[in-house]
Amino acid sequence: MKNVNILIVGVGGQGTLLASRVLGALASIEGKDCKLSEVHGMSQRGGSVVTHVRIGDNVLSPVITEGEADYILAFEKLEALRWCHYLRKDGTILINDQEIMPMPVITGNAEYPQGIYEVLDGLGKRYVKIDGLGLSGKAGSTKAVNVVMIGALTRLIGVSEESGLQAVERCVPQKLLEINRKAYNFGYHDTEEA
Amino acid sequence: MKQLMLTNQAVARGAYEAGVKVVSSYPGTPSTEITEFIAKYDEIYSEWAPNEKVAVEVAVGASFAGVRSMACMKHVGVNVAADPLFTASYTGVNGGMVLVVADDPAMHSSQNEQDSRLYARSAHVPMLEPAGSGEAKEYVKRAYEISEAYDTPVMLRLTTRIAHSQSFVETQERVEPAPKPYVKNVDKYVMMPAMAKGRHLVVEAREKRLAADAETSDLNRVERRSNQLGIVTAGACYQYVKEATDASIFKLGMVYPLPIEAIRKFAATVDRLLIVEELEPFIENQLKAHGIACEGKSIFGLQGEFSVAFLREKLYGTPAPASEVKVPGRPPVMCAGCPHRGVFYVLKKLGCTVSGDIGCYTLGALQPLAALDLCVCMGASVGMAHGFDKAGSERTRKMVAVIGDSTFVHSGITGIINAVYNQGTSTTIILDNSITGMTGHQQNPATGKTIKGDITAKLDLEALMKACGVPSVRVVDAYDLAAVEAVVKEEIAREAVSVIIARRPCALLDKHYPAPLSIDRDKCRKCKMCLKIGCPAIEHIGGVVRINKELCVACGVCTELCKFDAIK
Repeated sequence: MKNVNILIVGVGGQGTLLASRVLGALASIEGKDCKLSEVHGMSQRGGSVVTHVRIGDNVLSPVITEGEADYILAFEKLEALRWCHYLRKDGTILINDQEIMPMPVITGNAEYPQGIYEVLDGLGKRYVKIDGLGLSGKAGSTKAVNVVMIGALTRLIGVSEESGLQAVERCVPQKLLEINRKAYNFGYHDTEEA
Repeated sequence: MKQLMLTNQAVARGAYEAGVKVVSSYPGTPSTEITEFIAKYDEIYSEWAPNEKVAVEVAVGASFAGVRSMACMKHVGVNVAADPLFTASYTGVNGGMVLVVADDPAMHSSQNEQDSRLYARSAHVPMLEPAGSGEAKEYVKRAYEISEAYDTPVMLRLTTRIAHSQSFVETQERVEPAPKPYVKNVDKYVMMPAMAKGRHLVVEAREKRLAADAETSDLNRVERRSNQLGIVTAGACYQYVKEATDASIFKLGMVYPLPIEAIRKFAATVDRLLIVEELEPFIENQLKAHGIACEGKSIFGLQGEFSVAFLREKLYGTPAPASEVKVPGRPPVMCAGCPHRGVFYVLKKLGCTVSGDIGCYTLGALQPLAALDLCVCMGASVGMAHGFDKAGSERTRKMVAVIGDSTFVHSGITGIINAVYNQGTSTTIILDNSITGMTGHQQNPATGKTIKGDITAKLDLEALMKACGVPSVRVVDAYDLAAVEAVVKEEIAREAVSVIIARRPCALLDKHYPAPLSIDRDKCRKCKMCLKIGCPAIEHIGGVVRINKELCVACGVCTELCKFDAIK
């Protein structure tokens, strides 16, 4: 597989950490160097979360530099917009088409931005919409959105379905294997091309 | 075998491979996972101590007894543990002893940005700082060798970016050194003036020997690249420097004591010498004191985390792309069903001034509750409320301290004893959610379970408060807002110290929730009372208030606020 920087963004509790672990396992399977950087603690409590995944031959900084992410895996639409300046010019954002209201919106002190896809178009960002909730629900659990996203990403970065699935299997509990296999397959096959 | 490991896990693995026998720690981001991973090794006795001071004392005792020991904590924990640390530097060790400290530049999850390297220098103990998971594991083992060879505690420093990043680690087998016999030696182990004077000389000689040996230690290395620029660095900054520049690098593995002469030689080979270090000018000032010309803080400043982008901007004037859009922030929030929420709602309603503390409930300072007025350090809420009380401020009457169960055991108890002893009238609410929440659910003495989940003696907070002489100790259900309000009103009016235990387990502990609630559209008058508690499960979108079924855990606090009986 090629060298890639992947920024995973979402909301605390959406399973972004598992997604980064699957990518770490994938790097291991593909014989690549890899660094993951995540922040724990306060950011888990429903806040904006970001995990950096760098896969290469000899990775130095564990953190991706702004403007150098090949892919952004956005688990939530607003978070895609918040972090889109990390994207490389020819990079792609994979967006789970879901809205989660931040507290300032819930309390009426801010508005959830309308027309996020149009704003991204205006900024010249390339993106793919993914119906993560729909596809994971079809697989058996909406908690498997993260594995749907991984499925879609692995196809885009040119990883074989076998390697991707093997990485997923290393990271999910045995009893949830079947659901996650299905979620991975939906993500790999039933999402649009970039 | 090569394995992708969180650095905190690699530190745990290092302790395992080094044959460590006893580990005592207090949780604190970004250090917590070290001890959680250690607890998975049955060969190591591990525990959560009530605070970092006790943790270091336990590690010191185990070392004196002859085995390898460790204590782990976040940077501010070292403030609490400084007392035993500074004198353990005098006694030295028997079995090797390592204090692992995780600093938090940029304060991802902390109340200050202090630099632990200054502690190593003040306590006269060596400090190692790894630049990744693999090095972290190796450095733990080296730290034990140094500890035993030089008869000193050793500090291992991590920062958030190192502690919470993963890279590949090659694991090895555990080698358990034979326990050393404990031999009575009052000159070494009893620090009274007569003996300590002798030991101070030993400490000074030890530090000189360490500094001399640092000059040739393989923990430090030179990576020769450009001759125009030379950079002295360590830890995460080493990775940034290597990626962002073509400078020659003096990479420190041991950040205290410094190999001054080796750096002087390095400086002579480059046109310009820079020091790239986050936080304090720790390396820079020492080099300057030794007459080595260098620059650092004048370019990079004292605050926050560095990065590849930051270095490129500061060194080459090429800034990284910045965000072009304004989007609403997404601050951390108390979870749906959090037992702290209702208590803060009541305190705000009553117009209380709230002396806060460190934990999930510090989030009570944020909108819309905005109920918390003060937060300084672990345990401070109780002492600060007593100070307000004694200052005779007009706000005194409505002053309430709030503190979680784990933080209360950590360092709130002495504050209560002080208030009772000194005839105060403060009111303290112990927000007892039966777990250490913010750091991700660690046991503590008030939960009745050990780090391994085994049942143990459970600290009885009511009995403890009575034994401290608190005249009024009340227990309420944190979900019962009417009861919380009535009890708070009574206790803040009382001319004596009072403690209210607001008890209800963390909503994330037992995830068997009743069916989620919903709002009856016909009954809802859109008064927005239910929005005042800032529950993430209650959304106000397009003029309609609704409950998010994915998030609601049916705690029922919102039903107590609805005057129209619209939430069921």
